Amino acid sequence: MLEIRWHSRAGQGAVTGAKGLADVISTTGKHVQAFAFYGSAKRGAAMTAYNRVDDSVIMNHEKYMEPDFVFVIDPALVYTSDVTINAKEDTKYIITTHLTKEELVKAQPKLAGKEVHTVDCITIANETIGRPIPNTPMLGAFMKISKMYEIDFFKESMKRILQKLPQKIIDANMIAIQRAYDEVK
Amino acid sequence: MAFDKIELRDLEVWDGNFAAAQALRQAQVDVVAAYPITPSTPIVEGYAKFKSDNYIEGEFVMVESEHAAMSACIGAAAAGGRVATATSSQGLALMVETLYQASGMRLPIVLNLVNRALAAPLNVNGDHSDMYLTRDSGWIQLDAFSPQEAYDMNLIAFKVSEDHDIRLPAIVNQDGFMTSHTAQGVYPLTDDAAFEFVGTYKPMNDMLDFEHPVTHGVQTEEDWHFEHKARQHNDLMVKVPSKIDEVFADFEKLSGRKYNPVECYDMADADVAVFCLGTSVETAREVATEMRAKGIKAGVVGLRVIRPFPFMEVADALKDIKAVAVLDRSSPNGAAGAMFNEVAGSLINTDSKVLLSGYVYGLGGRDLTKANLVDLYKELQANADAGKLTTQQQQFIGVRGPKLSYL
Repeated sequence: MLEIRWHSRAGQGAVTGAKGLADVISTTGKHVQAFAFYGSAKRGAAMTAYNRVDDSVIMNHEKYMEPDFVFVIDPALVYTSDVTINAKEDTKYIITTHLTKEELVKAQPKLAGKEVHTVDCITIANETIGRPIPNTPMLGAFMKISKMYEIDFFKESMKRILQKLPQKIIDANMIAIQRAYDEVK
Repeated sequence: MAFDKIELRDLEVWDGNFAAAQALRQAQVDVVAAYPITPSTPIVEGYAKFKSDNYIEGEFVMVESEHAAMSACIGAAAAGGRVATATSSQGLALMVETLYQASGMRLPIVLNLVNRALAAPLNVNGDHSDMYLTRDSGWIQLDAFSPQEAYDMNLIAFKVSEDHDIRLPAIVNQDGFMTSHTAQGVYPLTDDAAFEFVGTYKPMNDMLDFEHPVTHGVQTEEDWHFEHKARQHNDLMVKVPSKIDEVFADFEKLSGRKYNPVECYDMADADVAVFCLGTSVETAREVATEMRAKGIKAGVVGLRVIRPFPFMEVADALKDIKAVAVLDRSSPNGAAGAMFNEVAGSLINTDSKVLLSGYVYGLGGRDLTKANLVDLYKELQANADAGKLTTQQQQFIGVRGPKLSYL
C-alpha cells in the first residue's frame, strides 16, 4: 500500500490532483482511492487530500493515514499546519517553496532529519499556466522523486485527464509538469 | 435516439456521486427535480450537465426547497415519467412529509440519499442520522458501501421500484464524503447494456394517459386508509424481497457482481462478527481478515437491503456465532440503537444464543479507524470466551472524554 497526504488550500487543486493521479495509476492495473477532508471549508482554507494505491482492492475507508509521501502545495502551510503529523520515519516530503532545503528546515525545525524535497510549484504554475494552481507541477515532482512512471507516460496520461480544458492550458500544464520534474531537489 | 451516448472505459475512477449521476444518465431519467445540498449536490449537478450536453433526453426542474423537489418528483412520476433526485441531511428532513406521499401513492421514484449528520450542531459530514428519518416511510431502501455499489444500486433500484408488481419508490444510500467524494475504481456497464437492464419505462395509472383518467393523492379517511397502508406493507414484506432477489440475480448475470440482502463476509465459521452499514463494512472486512491471522475467527455482516428489513437472512447470518457487535452511526437519543433494535428483533424467538452488544460510532463523520475495529473484535472475543457480555450492552466508539456505556 502506497499512501499520500496532500496539504493544500481549498481552490489550489489538491482534490483534482489526487483524483487525477488516482486515474492515471488505475490505468496501470493498480487499485486506487482518492479523497479529501472538506468540512465547510471555503476557498483559501487549509485542507488535506489523500491517495491510497495498492495491488489489491482497497477496502480500508478509515481517514487515519500514516503517509509514505506528504505533498505540500502551498508554501505557508509548513508553518500553519503540522505537515509531519502521523508520519513514519521514512515518510518523504515534497514541499512547494522558494526557499532552499536548508532555509526551509531552519524555518520549520520539525522537518529536520526528514527526507525533504523542494520545488517551487507556485512560481512554476504562475509562469506556465498563468495562475497559482500548483497541483500538476507537484505531480511532476512526485514522478521524479518516486520514479513511479516515466515522465513522458505520465504527461500523456495527464493529457487525457485534462482533455476538457482548452489546448493552451493543457500545453501549459505539460510544461509545468516537466519543469517541476526537472527542478525538484 | 435524440441524445448522444458516452463511450466509457472498462474501468473508470469515479467518486460515489459521479457514479450515481452516470447511472441516472444511463437510465435516461425523464425528470430530476432537485434542490442542492452537501454532500449530494454533485449527483443532480451531474444529471443537469449531462442533460445540457445532450447526453440525456429529460427535464431538470429547479425548485425552491427539498420539499418542493420531492413534490415535483411526485407530480412527474404520477404523470408517467421515470423520476429521480438526490438529497442529504437537512434536505431529507424537509423532504420527509413528501416521502410518505410518494410511497403511499405507489410512485416509483429513485432518491439518492447521501448520508450526512443532522444538526444541531451543524455538520456536513457523513453519518446515518438522515437514513433513519426514512425508516418507516414505505420506501425500498438499499445501501451502497463503495462508489461501484452506488452505481450498481441505482440501476437495480429503478428495476425493482418500477416493476408493476412493486410500484414503490426506492432510496439508494451512500456514505457522505466517505463514498460520495471518494474516487475509486468503478466498472460501469456500457450505455446500451445499462439501459437495456433498467428497461424502457412503462408507466401505470399515469395521469397523462387521457384515455384512462385516474385520480392520484386521494383522501380515504377511516373507510379505506388502513387497507391501503396494509397492502403497502404486505407488498414490502411479500413481493419486494423476491423481486430484489430476482433483480440481483439478473444484475449478476450481466455484470458478474453478486449482491445479497445481507452481505456475509467470512461468516461460515466465524465466532465473532461486526454488523454495520456503508463504508464501515469494507473497513471491517479488511480488519476481520487481519484478526484471523491473529487467531480470532472474525466475520462481517453488512446490510444491503435496509427496507424491507431481511429478518430471516439476518437471523440466519448470526445464528451460529458467539458474539456480534451492532454498529449504529446515529445517536439513539434514549434508546438502544436504531440498527441494534432491528437486529435484536430479528433474533428474538430463535434458538440463537449469540451475545448482542451495541456501539454508537462515527457521528458527524468521526473516523472509524482500523485500530478501533481491532479493539472491537478483541472485546467481542472476550465476550465469546466468557459466554456473557463483559461490558455494558451499549458503548461508544471514538468519542472523546470519559468512557460512555449504558444498559
